[in-house]
Amino acid sequence: MALLQIAEPGQSTLPHQHKLAVGIDLGTTNSLVATVQSALPVILKDMDENSLIPSIVYYGKNETKVGHEALPYLSKDAMNTIVSVKRFMGHTRSDIQNPESFPYTFDDASQDIQIKTSQGLKHPIEISSDILKKLKNIAEVSLCGEITGAVITVPAYFDDAQRQATKDAAKLAGLNVLRLINEPTAAAVAYGLDQQKEGVFVIYDLGGGTFDVSILKLQKGIFEVLATNGHPHLGGDDFDQAIAEFIKNENQIDQLNHEDKRSLITHAKSLKESLTKDLSAKTIIKLSNGKEITFSLNRESFFKLTHDLVQKTIQPIRRALSDAKLSIESIDGIVMVGGATRMPHIQSEIKTFFKKELLNDLNPDEVVALGAARQAHTLAGNKSDQDLLLLDVTPLSLGVETMGGLVEKIIHRNSTIPVAKAQEFTTYKDGQTAMSIHVLQGERERVSDCRSLANFTLTDIPPMVAGAAKIRVTFQIDADGLLSVSAKELSTNKETSITVKPSYGLSEDQITSMLKQSFEKADEDKKIRALSEAKIEGEQIIIAVQNALNKNGDQLLSKDQILIIENAIKTLSSSLQTNDTDAIIQHTKDLNLLTESFAAKLMDQSVENALKGKSIDKVNL
Amino acid sequence: MAISLTPKAAERLEKYLKNRGKGVGLRLGVKTTGCSGMAYTLEFVDDTLPEDQIFESHGIKIMVDPKSLVYIDGTELDFEKEGLNEGFKFNNPNVKAECGCGESFTV
Repeated sequence: MALLQIAEPGQSTLPHQHKLAVGIDLGTTNSLVATVQSALPVILKDMDENSLIPSIVYYGKNETKVGHEALPYLSKDAMNTIVSVKRFMGHTRSDIQNPESFPYTFDDASQDIQIKTSQGLKHPIEISSDILKKLKNIAEVSLCGEITGAVITVPAYFDDAQRQATKDAAKLAGLNVLRLINEPTAAAVAYGLDQQKEGVFVIYDLGGGTFDVSILKLQKGIFEVLATNGHPHLGGDDFDQAIAEFIKNENQIDQLNHEDKRSLITHAKSLKESLTKDLSAKTIIKLSNGKEITFSLNRESFFKLTHDLVQKTIQPIRRALSDAKLSIESIDGIVMVGGATRMPHIQSEIKTFFKKELLNDLNPDEVVALGAARQAHTLAGNKSDQDLLLLDVTPLSLGVETMGGLVEKIIHRNSTIPVAKAQEFTTYKDGQTAMSIHVLQGERERVSDCRSLANFTLTDIPPMVAGAAKIRVTFQIDADGLLSVSAKELSTNKETSITVKPSYGLSEDQITSMLKQSFEKADEDKKIRALSEAKIEGEQIIIAVQNALNKNGDQLLSKDQILIIENAIKTLSSSLQTNDTDAIIQHTKDLNLLTESFAAKLMDQSVENALKGKSIDKVNL
Repeated sequence: MAISLTPKAAERLEKYLKNRGKGVGLRLGVKTTGCSGMAYTLEFVDDTLPEDQIFESHGIKIMVDPKSLVYIDGTELDFEKEGLNEGFKFNNPNVKAECGCGESFTV
């Protein structure tokens, strides 16, 4: 007998037609799956009542184990047990700076990241998909039915490549992705912040090994990411480490084997967790040499010990606030995400910093998955259409390369998606028949400072004078944040398009820092753009004047006049070799002025030529 | 006859209603579809209808429209956990046959 769930008024589905939709938090350390039951988002548990599934996959010769079942192999068979695969998503082999620091072997022959396991080469997408398969299975067993769709969360700073990789992994796992949404957005949705009219919220996410802070602005049901910041290697694990170090120093233990080190960390972790509830905690550690250490720690010393770590999270908040040009007073709410935020001194420190009560009554490990479940429930059509569909925004701007190595932005960052924008471009040289479209992502003005996503060529442009051809370039981002670009020559309607299968190769740190740099270097970028534009203008006028001189110079100008113009060209040419924007602009002006009369004469002559031999009534004026 | 709740079902409902933040009770009903003739519906109630029959069990109001009532009068609504799945179950004395999955029935 099926067990029934309560529907919203008038929203009862027909029997056998329940749409089971889940939200998935695919985390670096742990993953969760959640759904909405009787209007209430709940975390789905596996057979052993676990809600947090470790993001670990073990590839044995004849078996694949995921989650808790894979845990024992971390020590037994580290080479075939993959952890934190999320850090590899959407990256290439060359992104791994220190392959020797990992217990696994990478395939050097491939540009992609491929890990050698006893089941052969494994791509991060495959490994992620094995985690997703496990989550899908938990959901299907728990809900007694097939899953129609899933909403999967990704960090706000994930770029196109990383989002695409996540989507590919879901496809491989047989999941229908309803949408990818940003983790901070999901956390805000879990607290029902999307039901408010508007507001500015800070999402403080301190996980096991990463720290992210995001500032979201809600307006008309749309969350906009105003700023993100963080620390790629700061999390609850560092607090464990600090306690472990302290135990070592206090007891003067120098040499520890691998097993002892792990045992020490485990004890440190349990001390940390006890101190969240209790004022003091005690533990007995048995070392492999038979020695027993009894160690107790009180809250006060724990807080002192880890004060610096807590402070380390404040700096990124300040930076995010200044990026978003916001003061502490303008923040309407602070959402706490990640298990590490349970620590009392983090709670009090953040509360003091913002001078505001925190949103922390949901389980911080589950918040993101619960929000994703709510979103999945709405997207699967289980709720009425009146409920606002939450939209996301693009994290970085997208554009194309133009002359002089500059980036012309077509879709600006924080545009709500899905979105399509078009812009017209033209040819630079006479008779140009092809145009290369270089798609870039980033906030900076110069191509070399942005990330190259794709490159394609529009051919068969009919030969015309420079500037006459019209090429419309359209950028389109679908609801998952994936990009397609097309270019169309408007007189022939010849079109070329590309779906960006991005050339993987940018680390998370780089993306976060790209955004930061764009703010810090805004001034510098502006100057570079001005210089580049001045140079292009200078070059173009030289070409034009030289062409005219070669053609009609002798006829229309005296030798002295030609000499003066040629000198001006030389002056401009040499200033083009420098980076002196003002000089280039000045010399361009000079040349323009000098050739004004020459240009007028040229004009007269061409009019004369056009009229020559025609009776006056045949001329269309 | 009447409609009633088991204590377990009542406890759950109270929690769901509180969490939902609005609603005056629960609507039990019958829809004429499904593989075995009729199907149960279970919905939150924001507004009662003039024709509603209202029952109360463990402090929770249950609304049933008269047309549905003839098929489910005497039903006790239970909350159960089966393995990992949990949800509500109709213990309906009027049922003659049920489809395999229990979502629809004939009287």
